[in-house]
Amino acid sequence: MLDRAKRPPLPAKISGDVHDAQTHDSAHLHVSGAAQYVDDLPEPVGCLHLYVAMSERAHAEITNLDLSAVETAPGVACVLTAADIAGDNDIGPVVHDDPVFAETQVHYQGQPIFAVAATTRKAARLAAMRAIVGYKDKDALLDIEAAKANGATIEPPQTMRLGDAPMAMKAAERTLKGTLEMGGQDHFYLEGQIAMSVPGEDGAIKIYSSTQNPTEAQHLIAHLLHKPSAAVTVEVRRMGGAFGGKETQSTLVAAMAALASEKTGRPAKLRLDRDDDMVMTGKRHDFAIEYQAGFDADGRLSSAIFDLGSRCGFSTDLSMAINDRAMFHSDNCYFLGTAEITSHRYRTHTVSNTAFRGFGGPQGMLGVERMMDEIAFAVGRDPLDVRLDNLYGGPGRDLTPYHQTVEDNVADELIETLAEQSDYRARRAQIEADNLRPGIIKKGISLNPVKFGISFTAKHLNQAGALIHVFADGTIQLNHGGTEMGQGLMVKIAQVVAHEFQVDIDQIQIMSTSTEKVPNTSATAASSGSDLNGMAAQVAAQKIKSRLLEFLAERDGVPVDQVQFQGNQIRVGETSYTFKEAVSAAYMARISLSATGFYRTPKIHYDRELHRGRPFFYFAYGAAVSEVEIDTLTGENRVVRTDILHDVGRSLNPAIDLGQIEGGFIQGLGWLTTEELVFDEQGRLRTHAPSTYKIPTSADRPGIFNVEIWDKGRNQEHTIHHSKAVGEPPFMLANSVFSALTHAVSGAAQHKVFPALDAPATPERILNAVEAARAKLA
Amino acid sequence: MIRFLMDGEIHQFDNIDPTQTVLEWLRETERKVGTKEGCAEGDCGACTVVLGELIDDDVRYRAVNACIYFMPLLDGKEIVTVEALGTPNALHPVQSAMASGNGTQCGFCTPGFVMSLFAKYQDSDPALPESVDDLLAGNLCRCTGYAPIQKAAHSVLEAPTQTNRFGGSDTIEKLKSIAPSEAVSRTFQDSNFETDRTYHSPQTEAELADLLTATPDATLVAGATDVGLWVTKQHRLLKHVISLDAIPALKSIEETDQGLRIGAMVRYSDAWDHLQRLHPDLGELVRRIGSVQVRNSGTIGGNIANGSPIGDTPPPLIVLGAKLDLASATGRRTIELEDFFIEYGKQDLRPGEYVHSVLIPPLEENLLFATYKISKRFNQDISALCGAFALNMEDGKVSFARIAFGGMAATPKRALACEAALTGADWTEATIEAATAALAKDYQPISDMRASSDYRLKTAQNLLRKLFLESQGQGRTRILEAT
Repeated sequence: MLDRAKRPPLPAKISGDVHDAQTHDSAHLHVSGAAQYVDDLPEPVGCLHLYVAMSERAHAEITNLDLSAVETAPGVACVLTAADIAGDNDIGPVVHDDPVFAETQVHYQGQPIFAVAATTRKAARLAAMRAIVGYKDKDALLDIEAAKANGATIEPPQTMRLGDAPMAMKAAERTLKGTLEMGGQDHFYLEGQIAMSVPGEDGAIKIYSSTQNPTEAQHLIAHLLHKPSAAVTVEVRRMGGAFGGKETQSTLVAAMAALASEKTGRPAKLRLDRDDDMVMTGKRHDFAIEYQAGFDADGRLSSAIFDLGSRCGFSTDLSMAINDRAMFHSDNCYFLGTAEITSHRYRTHTVSNTAFRGFGGPQGMLGVERMMDEIAFAVGRDPLDVRLDNLYGGPGRDLTPYHQTVEDNVADELIETLAEQSDYRARRAQIEADNLRPGIIKKGISLNPVKFGISFTAKHLNQAGALIHVFADGTIQLNHGGTEMGQGLMVKIAQVVAHEFQVDIDQIQIMSTSTEKVPNTSATAASSGSDLNGMAAQVAAQKIKSRLLEFLAERDGVPVDQVQFQGNQIRVGETSYTFKEAVSAAYMARISLSATGFYRTPKIHYDRELHRGRPFFYFAYGAAVSEVEIDTLTGENRVVRTDILHDVGRSLNPAIDLGQIEGGFIQGLGWLTTEELVFDEQGRLRTHAPSTYKIPTSADRPGIFNVEIWDKGRNQEHTIHHSKAVGEPPFMLANSVFSALTHAVSGAAQHKVFPALDAPATPERILNAVEAARAKLA
Repeated sequence: MIRFLMDGEIHQFDNIDPTQTVLEWLRETERKVGTKEGCAEGDCGACTVVLGELIDDDVRYRAVNACIYFMPLLDGKEIVTVEALGTPNALHPVQSAMASGNGTQCGFCTPGFVMSLFAKYQDSDPALPESVDDLLAGNLCRCTGYAPIQKAAHSVLEAPTQTNRFGGSDTIEKLKSIAPSEAVSRTFQDSNFETDRTYHSPQTEAELADLLTATPDATLVAGATDVGLWVTKQHRLLKHVISLDAIPALKSIEETDQGLRIGAMVRYSDAWDHLQRLHPDLGELVRRIGSVQVRNSGTIGGNIANGSPIGDTPPPLIVLGAKLDLASATGRRTIELEDFFIEYGKQDLRPGEYVHSVLIPPLEENLLFATYKISKRFNQDISALCGAFALNMEDGKVSFARIAFGGMAATPKRALACEAALTGADWTEATIEAATAALAKDYQPISDMRASSDYRLKTAQNLLRKLFLESQGQGRTRILEAT
């Protein structure tokens, strides 16, 4: 117990309160190599190591599978195939079309056919190479074009309508049509997919999995092993990056480890090699977008028609919701007047594409951003002015294509502030003048806003739970359903709890996320981690706090409103206690010091048949100005400067939020510039390692990079301390780079041609666009 | 006997799998799991460790990728891993700067960044780049966007204290005590491949020549930045391995009247300054080859010897008229570097022969020389194409032209038709246009994941146009200027 005389005077501020720029809870562990990821956990004695053998063909019948030489290879404990699955050979999260192992057919190059469990990883790999697999090839549909021509889809096309867009198009003063293709993206989490399973007693199994979605892994693995969910525990302390790539894809790896344990009774670990990970697991969807705009002489829209086509890959996975979200973001910040948005979800013989930061939003949003650039060019105005004129406004201009009213628009204020701060208009004028002079290097600049809808669009996922234990020594264990992938969720939630109890954050022990602590959780996804789990943890903390309040008030004979938690002290009337003193007294008085908390997001509803409703609790906003330069002889390019102003509401943690904004932007920059997924004519991914797939390096940051959190930000909805979600929205700030590159290419043709540029804007695509633009000029 | 220093202790192995990687040993045998595997091909830097080597009685610290660094290559060196720097409650200044500066998010790449920064913090290697971007080009981070890492790097590197330095007298003494003094020769029984494998680390060229005569099919390992991937990615069985690491004679770099002679085992890092002084474009090219970690391991000799069509050093060396010295038990011979490359996968290397050195003649005064590397990403990428030009003018006419490209054919190859179109012609735009057309006769490049055939040819032609514009001295001609 502290000496009373040495106590700080009231009201001292606790360390790690909400809104503080608290560093990541694990930073000291990260930098010293002491942070444990799944592969770092001590391996139980007898642990087996798995290697997965993949299909070499995109679409074929398996005519022969001879694994006898594999089974007899040195160190091999067992071989796993679909025949070893007691329950369903399926880990589809929504639709049951996602087998763990291919059976008679393979549907993409890289699909698992069998796995080997051996004493070492090397032995398992070498053994797998001994397999004899025979294929009879079938026609493979590899891209959007082929699937479209063959009518191959994962579900019927979906359409969202606001008013009568085709009619308004006919009536419009001006119209234009355009197309835009954009590539997919590999997550390139630095820690590849991994899981380790440990058999328990009486059929129980525990799986350490690098997953954003422990509950789903638990349920699907239970199904696979034909066990009750209660027999399966999934735990994760942290992931080495995820970005959506471990929302469903992690289950595949966890399922195989579990199968090996089930078959052998031994612990088993599966860690995918980088190349295998990139070939075997899903990515961001590539899209082909056709757009039509009807507008007036100033470029103000009266009609917008979008036709979105995406490559979903061989199975459904989350593609329905991802493509829905692309539709939800085809308006971005703009009132379209009337709208018709149709979405085609193509089934191909390629890896099943999956969640990736933005979840379809970036693809939908890039379409309307391109449309704005082209309208501005058509009417001869600065694209910023056209964007400003088309923003959502008050009544009459506040309805989205899915009939949600935009009630919290701050885009205009953000944009005006950023344009001013970054000196956008003068710089644009200078660039356009410079571009008219001879020279190899041309520049471009663009300011693009972002509006991103926050909530899972599947309503039932918008729930969360937490479990808090307070121990008699005054220390606290924090459990909740959210998972840590580097985004700083744990520290934010700990801040929320520290705030409730008014104790320093270091009194709170952050626990691994486990299905045995908090059940039936949703994936940590859709930027919802702190919104949902923060509220649940707050509820749990408040339950314990109110028990303490009542106990202390009664014991000391003061009214409850005279008990206050403040600055590591609890003041009860005229007396002060430490948290520890209060807690240990409560324990002696037999007061429960453990509580669960639960939260569900209010106000949201959605009718997917009609594509109408209020799918989003609120919107997050941001804006970015990027200036780029291109080499018109080689297509090489780089970002010279980027200025960002982003709205995170009242930030729970400005240091963490800034990291999300900067990191999200750079990841978006990679998607739109250097990161190119190349599949060959046989459907083989040729860019399956960092030697061939190029994510941004330190040098790819903009030369000047000014990033600010909007100081006026405040969520008008009742979210956790009026903060806003920050995981995904900043990714789309990189749209400014793509628009700026488009502007630079037009500068290579004296700004007289609107260029056709597709993403990613590699040197090759830039050079082709420059040449095409100049050909039009001639 | 293979001996190395780690955490102040000398580790020794009488025998070890000659192609076991340092990363595997650290993680699986030692259970030192702070060093991470991100790619197992030397591209992401999550596995970065720092090696200390005695240079003139001082320890020079350099970062390498442990994922493709073979265990026997540690012989005589100190290895420093992230755990040795500090503990969670007693961090090294570099670790502290990264933690307090929000330089970590998921933390998986962090140990690698810490080690790259630590090597710079030691301030023991003049070959390290000054720019933090260049210093960290071999460390990929997918979370932070690098801004806080940059800030942390600047804060700790610009005001380094003299505390927490490695390489004190105790380390020097221990390194002296384990300096390799005789050739290593071992046979390893491989249970995975169920066969015996040999490992040799000769100390002299004579020993090397004898070994190669005895086992002409042996795999020569210089920096293992390519051979490492044969093991980690292709799971190839390398039955006989000969390391060139302990042969001092192959590590020399000399500036003589005949030019710059670079021994086959000279690392990019050690050649960088010499090449930079020869011409800024050569310096810029080396800056963009791999990363610090790769350049600390990889050698120019290896870049030539493996005969890759996309190696970056052959095109400029060919146009500069470099000569290649090949050696064997029967003696040495000198050939034109360009003649070394016969066809894809085939070089003019006779059984028992090895690459000894390359000689780059001095650049003539007034030589118009330029080399350009084109890739999707500026730093640490493999070229889609790499072009080099060396021209001389007399009275406004081209008197001499040598042009070579990588990435345009199955080998690094000269553009003879283009050279012919230029030689003797006026140095004018019309000549350039004729010469660019000739390039289409010289090359029929392939389409692959790095670029299409069309782009390669068009850009090769445009590089000639760029050279012409640069010779006219008009404005900026490159996104990245060579300095």
